[in-house]
Amino acid sequence: MTESAPAVVTIAGVDKTFEVAGQAGTQALQGIDLEIRRGEFVSLIGPSGCGKSTLLRLIGDLTTPSAGTVTVNGKTAHRARLDRDYGMVFQAPVLFDWRTVEENVALPLEILGRPKSERIARAREMLELVELQGFLRHHPYQLSGGMQQRVAIARALAFEPSIQLMDETFGALDEMTRERMNSEVLRIWERTGTTIVFVTHSIPEAVFLSSRVVVMSARPGRISQVIEADLPRPRGFETREQPRYFGLVTQVREALHGPQAQVATVGGPGSPARTAAEGAVG
Amino acid sequence: MAGPRAGFGKSGSQAGLVRQGLTVVGFFVLILGLWEGVKFVGGDPWRSGEQVLWNPPLRIFFASDLNLPHVWTIVSVFGAPAQRESPISLGQFLVGAALYTWREAAIGFALGAALGLGLASLFVHFRLLERAFVPYVIASQTIPIVALAPMIAFAFGQSVVSVVIIATYLTFFPVTIAGIRGLRSPDPRALELMRSYAGSRWATYRKLRLPASLPYLFTALKISATASIVGAIIGEGPGGIPDGLGRAIINFNQAYITFPAKLWATIFVSALVGIAFFLLIRLVETLVLRGRQAPAV
Repeated sequence: MTESAPAVVTIAGVDKTFEVAGQAGTQALQGIDLEIRRGEFVSLIGPSGCGKSTLLRLIGDLTTPSAGTVTVNGKTAHRARLDRDYGMVFQAPVLFDWRTVEENVALPLEILGRPKSERIARAREMLELVELQGFLRHHPYQLSGGMQQRVAIARALAFEPSIQLMDETFGALDEMTRERMNSEVLRIWERTGTTIVFVTHSIPEAVFLSSRVVVMSARPGRISQVIEADLPRPRGFETREQPRYFGLVTQVREALHGPQAQVATVGGPGSPARTAAEGAVG
Repeated sequence: MAGPRAGFGKSGSQAGLVRQGLTVVGFFVLILGLWEGVKFVGGDPWRSGEQVLWNPPLRIFFASDLNLPHVWTIVSVFGAPAQRESPISLGQFLVGAALYTWREAAIGFALGAALGLGLASLFVHFRLLERAFVPYVIASQTIPIVALAPMIAFAFGQSVVSVVIIATYLTFFPVTIAGIRGLRSPDPRALELMRSYAGSRWATYRKLRLPASLPYLFTALKISATASIVGAIIGEGPGGIPDGLGRAIINFNQAYITFPAKLWATIFVSALVGIAFFLLIRLVETLVLRGRQAPAV
């Protein structure tokens, strides 16, 4: 988590344009440079359409850049994927409903060809970590949304990938469950020392979880600011009550909307701030 | 956070099964009642030997004893000799014929299901093959089976092989179409998940696509189960198979004008075989899809 930790992800000069046949492409990302060090918890935040999910998918080699390079653990992103360096957690749990909870967690280990005894032991260990050891034989539909998401996290941790990619992982959960899950993922992150890249559009979530918050702007998507979230650890419920926490939330909000954001929300159509914002978008 | 949802309700499903059974029986009795009701209003005079028991007020052509025999005439014909001078009853004969036809159909069904799933798997993985061949797969089903059956029998000889091929032909199509749909049914993110594990195509097929397709496949297999029986029955004529329901239907068809009850009995048995095969597949479906959220229908 220190400045001197080695880089896990290095993104250099990355552009991403989605080509549509017969039309000008949509530029989703432009000139992205970012380095993520081992053990960091980095959040990507920005308005919808800013390409934060695309950036995450570029890191995970689920899509490829139009220009620039993505280096993961000193390899290409593609090589890193083939080496199983990634754990993915989506907004939906994406559990297989024909498998029990335990079998779902063991899925990546099956694909890696690990022996059965190891798969079972590892799956149980991971489910204990997310405090679902009592639900091994349950099927996903028998669990609540939050529990399903914890199974998805256990599955992503099961094969010890060096980097976890989380795409709006708690976006579909209610606020109370979300806050609990935030504490839970922090606890897991601290215990496992893994590297997490986390896409969110919740400012408080980004500040609470991250060591760094990467703020992005839309059309074309680029990094507008990187904010060190230097809150003391371990973080808990009282963290959300500290003045520094509110200061960081404000700082991220201003980075997202610009300092005239207050005026923009108050002003009607045609107000100077609004016109400026629209001009920026168009 | 909510706890695990309430259990499966084993006793509930048992009560449901009883209710379903009663519904089926009740409906059957209702149909018999309607059948005899029509005959009561507009059939031929009801007789016991020479004596007329009831003379219906109307004469409706389709309710005559030749078009719509009495239920008890059909039931009693099961006990009559299968053919003149035959040592076995029609009932015994039809049970044997039904089992024979079912065996042909089951082999055709198994081959058709394998062919259907194989084609679907190919089409899902190779778009080019799909574009090239799916139109022909569809076209194949527009050719009437009565036109095709004699050709198949001519090509493969008058044997069980021809019958099985015809049953296969009627079976594979629903499985192919449902298979394509089912193998494509996984959530795109589930496919990305497999990709993030660097899972091979084979691993993705076996651990994601195939299990995800099972509900679709079973829907098709239930359609195919009954279709395979129809295919076997139709194929037995041109296929020259004397032992199955198909030949029995042809024979009793010829005698229909004088004695329709035997054909009705044969049709009844044919339908029963189809229903039994359907229920068998549904039982397998229930066992295989146990534990998934959507209850099997």
